[in-house]
Formats: sequence, C-alpha cells, structure tokens
Amino acid sequence: MGTFIIKRIMSIIPVFLLAALLTTGMIHLSPVDPAEAYLTAAHIEPTDEILAQKRHEFGLDQPFFMQYVNTIKKICQLDFGISYVSNKPVWDEVIHRIPATLQLALGSLFLAVLVSVPLGFFAGVKKNSAIDHFSRLLSFFGASIPSFWLGYILIFFFSVKMDLFPVEGIGTWQHLVLPSVTLALPLIAMYTRLLRTSILENLQEPYVLFARTRGIKEKTIMAKHILRIAISPMITGLGMNLGKLLTGTIIVETVFSWPGFGRYFIEAIFNRDIPIIQCYVLVAASLFILSNLMVDLIQMYIDPRISRKEGQQR
Amino acid sequence: MLGTEQSNVLQVRDLHVQVKTKNGATTLVEDINFELKRGEVLGLVGESGCGKTVTSMSILQLLNRKTTTIEGSIELLGRELNGLGKKEMREIRGKDIAFIMQNPMNAFTPVFTIGHQFIETIRSHTKWNKKQATELAIEAMHHVNLPDPVNLLKQYPFQLSGGMLQRVMIAIAACLHPAVIIADEPTTALDVNNQKKVLYHLDKIRSEYGSAILLISHDLGVISEMADEVAVMQNGRIVEKADVFQLFDQPQHEYTKKLLNARSKLHLDEPVIHLA
Amino acid sequence: MITSIRRILIGQKVIPICTIILGILFIITMLAPLIAPNDPIAVNLAYKLQPPSWEFPLGTDHLGRCNLSRLLFGGRISLGFAMLIFISSLTIGLIIGTFSGYKGGWVDQVLMRFCDGVMAFPSLILILGLVGIFGPGLQQVILALMLVQWVYYARMFRGMVLSLKEQNFIAAAKISGSSQWKIIKNHIIPNVLPPLVVMGTLEMGWAIMDISAMSFLGLGVQPPTPEWGAMIHEGKSYIRTNPELMLYPGLMIMLVIVTFNLLGEALSERYGVKRRS
Repeated sequence: MGTFIIKRIMSIIPVFLLAALLTTGMIHLSPVDPAEAYLTAAHIEPTDEILAQKRHEFGLDQPFFMQYVNTIKKICQLDFGISYVSNKPVWDEVIHRIPATLQLALGSLFLAVLVSVPLGFFAGVKKNSAIDHFSRLLSFFGASIPSFWLGYILIFFFSVKMDLFPVEGIGTWQHLVLPSVTLALPLIAMYTRLLRTSILENLQEPYVLFARTRGIKEKTIMAKHILRIAISPMITGLGMNLGKLLTGTIIVETVFSWPGFGRYFIEAIFNRDIPIIQCYVLVAASLFILSNLMVDLIQMYIDPRISRKEGQQR
Repeated sequence: MLGTEQSNVLQVRDLHVQVKTKNGATTLVEDINFELKRGEVLGLVGESGCGKTVTSMSILQLLNRKTTTIEGSIELLGRELNGLGKKEMREIRGKDIAFIMQNPMNAFTPVFTIGHQFIETIRSHTKWNKKQATELAIEAMHHVNLPDPVNLLKQYPFQLSGGMLQRVMIAIAACLHPAVIIADEPTTALDVNNQKKVLYHLDKIRSEYGSAILLISHDLGVISEMADEVAVMQNGRIVEKADVFQLFDQPQHEYTKKLLNARSKLHLDEPVIHLA
Repeated sequence: MITSIRRILIGQKVIPICTIILGILFIITMLAPLIAPNDPIAVNLAYKLQPPSWEFPLGTDHLGRCNLSRLLFGGRISLGFAMLIFISSLTIGLIIGTFSGYKGGWVDQVLMRFCDGVMAFPSLILILGLVGIFGPGLQQVILALMLVQWVYYARMFRGMVLSLKEQNFIAAAKISGSSQWKIIKNHIIPNVLPPLVVMGTLEMGWAIMDISAMSFLGLGVQPPTPEWGAMIHEGKSYIRTNPELMLYPGLMIMLVIVTFNLLGEALSERYGVKRRS
C-alpha cells in the first residue's frame, strides 16, 4: 500500500513539471509584455530603459530554459511573483482568499453527497417509482441549467421575494446556503445518475441472488452489500469531477460576490495580472492531481480487490 | 398412502409458472410434480433452458412477483410455500431450504470476507452472537475438510479458488441443518478433482444430517453417481421420472434416450463419472 | 401521467421534435437581421425598462433597447459561433486524430497522452487560462474553445481509425475492387456518423454553455453586442425591479441546452453510442 502511494506521488512530478513549463511559456504566448503590463498597472511610463530594467528583473532576458528552471525554483518556494495590481506577493493574496473558496466548495460537496446518495440509492432500488422519475428529471435539468442563471433564479425567489437568505457576501451560514445549492446542483445531477446506474447494474449480479437464498434481509442486501459496491463508480466520478467543482466556484463566487479565489482569478484576467493567473492554473492543476490520488485511496479502502491486486502486481 | 406423504420433505404438485410478456403470458414450466424424501437425492436433468432453474427459483419463491405467476402447490414439511409472505419465506431460505449456486466465483459479495458472509447467514436465522456464530462456521468448515478455517474466514472471495469457494458454499448450506438442499449445477464450474470432493461432501451431509437434496445438473455422470431418483425435463415439463438405475438401464421417453446416447460412447460399460 | 410523458419522450418522437426545435431556433436567429423588430444596439433612454408593447414585444432593457431583438441577435452569436467552434474543432480533431491513428507508434502515444491530459483537466479553467493570456474578447474566447474542444474529436477519430484498421470488411472491399471513394462512402461514413452526431450535439450544448458563461463573466462578448450570457450579466442589477431582463436570456440558453442534451441522449440510445460523462 505504501509503495502504491509513493509511486503515485512520483507520477505527479512530471505533470507538475509540465504545468511549470506551460506557465513559463504562457508569458511568452501572451501578446502583452509582462514588464509592460506591470509598469502600466503601476502607472509608470514604460520608457525603453525602465522596460529593459523591469524585464531584467523579471528574468525575461534570459534563455527560455533558465527561465523554466527559475520558475520551478520559485514555485517550490511558493514564490509566484508579485501581483501587478496590488504589488503584494501573489502567494499572500492567494492564501488570503482560499479559505472562502474552500468553505464554499466543501459546503457544496457535503450537500451534494448528502442528497445524491439517498436519492440515487432509492432511485435505483425502487426503479420506476416516483422517486426514480424525480431523480432522473433532476439529473437532466441539473446538468442542463447554466449555473450563473440558476444562481440568480435562486436569489430572485429566496432572497428578493421571500427574503430568506442574503443576496450576496459572506459571513453567516445563511450566506452559504444559496451559493452551495447553486454549486451543488450540477454535482447532484451527475452523482445521482451514476449511483442509480450502478445500483441497477448490481441488482442483476449473482451475489445478490445468493444473498437472498441465504435468507439475508432485503434491507441488508440493499444497504450493505449493494451500496458498498455500487458507490464505487460514484466516488470515482466525485474525484474526476472535482474539476467541475473548481469551475463552478469561479462562476458562483462571481454571482454571489463571494470573496474567494475564483472571483479573484476573474479579476486578474480583467487586469491582465499574469502572476495571479499563473498561480491559479498551477494550483488548480495540483488540486486536481491530489484529488485524483485521494479518490484512488478511498477506492482501495472500499474495494479490497484493488489494493490486493496492486500489491500483488509489484 | 398417508405414511408416504408424511415422510415427504418437499412436495411439488402441479407447478405451473408463467411470465408476462408484451404479447401476453408465456409458460415457463408446467405440470411439474415431484417429491423429495428425507435423506434422498432427486436429480433434475435437462439441457439449458428446460426450466430447471425456474423450478428451483419457484421453490425458493425468488421469482419476480410482478412479472411471474406461480400456480400449484409447493409444500415443505407440510407447509405451503407458494404465496407465503415475504418475511416468513425469508426465514425459511438459508435455514430450512439451502441453495448452492453454480458458479462459486461470483456468488459471494466481493467486498466482504467469507467470514462476514458466513456469520451473516448464521445470525440471520439464529440469535447467536458473533463468537458463537464463528465457532459454528469453523466447525462447518472442518466438516468439508477446508484447511485452517480461522484464517480462511478472514479472506476475501477473490483470494480463494473455485473449489474452495464451492466447499464454503456447501458449509454455509449445511451448517444450519436444512431439510432440503438445492444444488444448482454444483460441479459444472469445477475441475474433476474438485467435482469429486463436492459430491463427496454433499453425500456426507445427506447421510449425517438427513437433508434431502435436489440435484440439478445437465451432467449425466454426476446424476448417475449421486441421485436416487431422476426427473428429466424438456421444454418446461418433466418427461420422465424414475429410479436412477431404471432410468439409465431402461429409459422410456425418447428424449431420455437421446440424452443418454449423447454421452461419450467410449465409457459405456464402465461406471465412471463422465464430464458431459 | 409521468410514465406516459416518459414514454413519449423516450419514444421515437424525441429526435424529430428536438431537431425541429433546433432547426427553428437556428433559422430565426440567423434571420435576425430580417425579422427583428428593432435595432438591438440602439440606445434610447427615454424608452428605458418598458413593459411589452407592440413596438417592443418583450419590453426594453435598462438602456431602452428592444429585448426581443437582442434575444434574436444574441442567439445568432451563440448558436452561430457554437456552430463555428463545432466545425473547426471537428476539422482539427479529424486531421490530428486520423493522423495519429494512422501513424501509430510514439507519435500516437504522445498525442493521445496530450489529449488525455487536456480532457481530464476542467475545460473552463483551461479556457479561462487561455483567455487570460490572449485577453478578453469574443474572438479570443472562440479561439480558446476551439483549442480545447478538438481533443475530444481527435480521440474519437483516432479510435475509429484504429478499429477500422483491424476490420475485415475494409480489406474485403479492397479485394473486391471497390474504389477508395466507395469504401469511404459505404463503409467508413456509416460507422463514423452516429458517434460523431452524438458527440456533436452534446458538444454544441457545452459550447453554448461556455460561450454564455464567458460572456456572463464579461470575458467574451463585449458591450454593446447582444449575447444571452452578457444580457444576464447586464440584467442582474435589475433583479428586483425587472427580473425579466435576466429571465428571457436564461430561458433561451436553457431551452437550447436542454434540447441539445435531449437530442444527444436520444441519439446515443438509439444508435448505442457511449457518451463521455
């Protein structure tokens, strides 16, 4: 098991190097000269001299490979440069905003799992019942509705009309509700469907018949035997769609004026604040890789076949 | 007459099973009549699709209640099973009627240990605690000559071979001393050695606990080795039913004759187990 | 009742109904310059925020512009560019995918690893990253979307080339002397078309979602050009007084995406094609 983890972490390194390469390359692909952008944002007249000096400062006059190495060095020290806009270290700005995004993301994830598991379970177990039809409708529309619109619809009904929740901002648990629901709905749509399909497949399996012939209670078969196996694809789906969660935070934070990293990223794009953009993409990539690893680990715990087989293959 | 009926452990009368399809109702099996006596083995022979599994599933009342209708009488020790409530039937399954599946490799739930599933079965029918159930399980495993039961119980199904899993299934089936054991193609997925072991243990259970066995197989060799009586099924009906010696020596029905002839001709004179 | 709705939806009627709806939408939006009642960007503060009338069938927005006209022209942009993205990423994917599958070897491996990487990574973040480099603007968004979407088609075409290489009927056709063009027409195209159509419908739905999301964020279409996502962005300040400013464009987006998704699902069920989740 330990070897497995180490091997996986090792495989992250090439991806990481690639991401760093892309980041270094991004600067060159941009039609805007970073030195110029910086100076413009700082309201300094970019004369040739100052420009050259700034470029030297940024290390832009060095060969590409050196820049690449420097980028990697800096990243390892969590030095992502200085924000063009605020003139503060990027990492400080980012750290300041990540907790809000985490709060939103975890809240939504929690809500999504809370709803999808029972909904998907009963939809599968009681096929063609009212719950099943409801879940399928929900899955369909949940996947089709644009989240920015959904956010405003919810705001309209629950904030403006019914005044149950605040329209925007952060602070109390009430502030968390609407954004979490908005972010959770596409996730619920997906996971419910995954779980339902998985359960339907498992219902046909021989082990279910065998358990019945042994006289095991139907509830036990459903809730223990089937669910434990059926939930596996849903967990894989969870991991693979952490990306959706990440994407969703960008939009939801904008709709609800939630002061998180996602909204900051959008501001950075408008401001052409390239260090922030780079940082966001790198962080997103890392989170993504790490979450995949986590999902694999959870899978191994739930389904012992996987871990033993991995062990045997070494 | 009365005496014979009382010693019938399982009695199936006029069993008729239909399934609802888009075009109406199709008959799966009909006019099924047979009895199982204590300690007796009834062999149910036929090709795939002849209705053997449907018959056994009807006895266990595990057919889909929404799409299938079961008419007729299925009596276990005088008690009518057809139409019995779900709760009562569940109590009977695993305890009074046990089932051994064809393919042991996928019969067990992959994510639970053998021990978990064994003990789960025992505790579903008794009020024993985990320790007591474990002891019973270990004893049952010894009975089928499984080595090191304590460790075996901690293993997962994928870690055991087909032969061992089949014996575990037998152990589970036998440990609560059921009146009837239905064995659905218990040897088909196994190699010759394991086949012999399985039949040996089934026979041992029969003689020690007096369980009646409904042995379903398409393998005539297995049938000839184990069965006391044989019923031949074709297209959902029993076409011939007789004592095993009589069936093999003087088959009456055309289909029976065809089946017997289809066996390998090389070993006609020797009473050896064939692989069909 | 629900069961019967399901039966209708899943029945044969879904595909034609969806296609007709989409067809109508395409036509009326493409004909927007001809059928729109007013100029979508004509500002006239005197007519600000008016309810529906004969002159302005769906009312006006906060700058006095006709809502209906903006919806129609906005649809033209969303649907038109979704089409453009579909065709161009399809073409790029076709070229690279078939090349990769045909060549095989390490070229194939490298290309496919690259595609896997891009596919696995959340698309919106990639697109945003690209827009971050190129700068905000509709052209940049279109370019970014094209650069991200081609990988899906590339994978698909490469898979097809691989399986076709193995298939016997190609060899059989060659032996029986069919011309290359005939082989393509009779054998290759019928195999390629179903997954392509399924993927296309679903990807179009996604493209529209992405275009409007980007415009909503202010990164795609720039004012005063009308676009559904941008209209939602502009309408949000008036959510209390004139929620319809947001409602109409959102409904349109949903209508289009729902129809594309329904169509895609029905097609994939009908032709037994696997969808990417």
